[in-house]
Amino acid sequence: MTRCLLLSMHEWKQQHAPRVPRVDRVHLQVGSFTCVEPDQLVVTWSDAVKDSWLDGSELVIESVLLVGRCVRCQATYSPDPADGFRSPCCQHPMEEIVSGRELRIRSVAYAFETAAPCPTPTC
Amino acid sequence: MHMPLEDTLGLNLLAANQHRADHNRAHFDAWNLLCLNVMSSPGAGKTTLLERSLAALSGRWAMAVLEGDMTTLLDAERLEAVGIPVVPITTGRACHLDAAMVSGGLKLLQQRLDPAGLDVLWVENVGNLVCPAEFAIGEHRKVALLSVTEGDDKPLKYPVMFREADCVLITKVDLLPHLPVDVERIEAHIRQVNPRTAVFRLSASSGAGFDPWHDWLGAQLKAVQTTPALIHA
Repeated sequence: MTRCLLLSMHEWKQQHAPRVPRVDRVHLQVGSFTCVEPDQLVVTWSDAVKDSWLDGSELVIESVLLVGRCVRCQATYSPDPADGFRSPCCQHPMEEIVSGRELRIRSVAYAFETAAPCPTPTC
Repeated sequence: MHMPLEDTLGLNLLAANQHRADHNRAHFDAWNLLCLNVMSSPGAGKTTLLERSLAALSGRWAMAVLEGDMTTLLDAERLEAVGIPVVPITTGRACHLDAAMVSGGLKLLQQRLDPAGLDVLWVENVGNLVCPAEFAIGEHRKVALLSVTEGDDKPLKYPVMFREADCVLITKVDLLPHLPVDVERIEAHIRQVNPRTAVFRLSASSGAGFDPWHDWLGAQLKAVQTTPALIHA
């Protein structure tokens, strides 16, 4: 997962080429109904970015709770594994997920260390 | 002066993998084949399922397998024995296949045959009920296996895998008479996390339940081959 995040960040960096942004903070939204353990991601991030262009950046993770919507009565609820993820109102299976599947890079806070090289050498 | 900037991305954390997966999918669509991502915990019966389905369907469809394993070629060798082209992908320490690994497997497959002549490409993922659920490889359908020996609680303990699956196969049902497990309860738990998935009960030892599963495969193949391919950027 960390490797995929690094690759996604690399793609973002390419958009700024030839300038290299100095990243201060990467803000993620991680849903609770995903296979990502936020604490583990934070730990591996600090190791993975060492001595790279992302060295010193902070990974901030905002957890997003699992919320379902009962398709029978349209009420939203917090699906509970202990209750089989069923809606407490109608005991309906977890058909619609409103939130909790997020794996999103919400924002990146950054700055440029140096001015961009001028694209036209004569100016 | 360093002006602080902030880009609001809203970008999928797995965007880089998704781009590769989209690229794989574009190839699958261009070749007009059905790609299946077969996932389960270790020992649920993925390779045995493939052995039986490949043997039963090889007269109907042209098929190949990308065989993911952390180490060894044991599963790949078992499937090669069925007479189907198999490309092993050893992942080393990685606990799942990602789109780049599958892309590498496709390049090796192309050295052996023209994928445009295939109907079905099976990708047997690494045995793991967690990570493979999140990593798209470009597949058309995700197939998850759950053996009756694993107990009825697994769909609730590993819900993302069963939520993501287009089809869940409850395997080793020939063992039910010997186990204190309720298969109705297993299926109910699957449907609680994913009411829309197809569920089949089967035994690769006896062959029970394979006809409905193969009928489902045929319907998916027909759906893929009659759907115009999307143009991927």
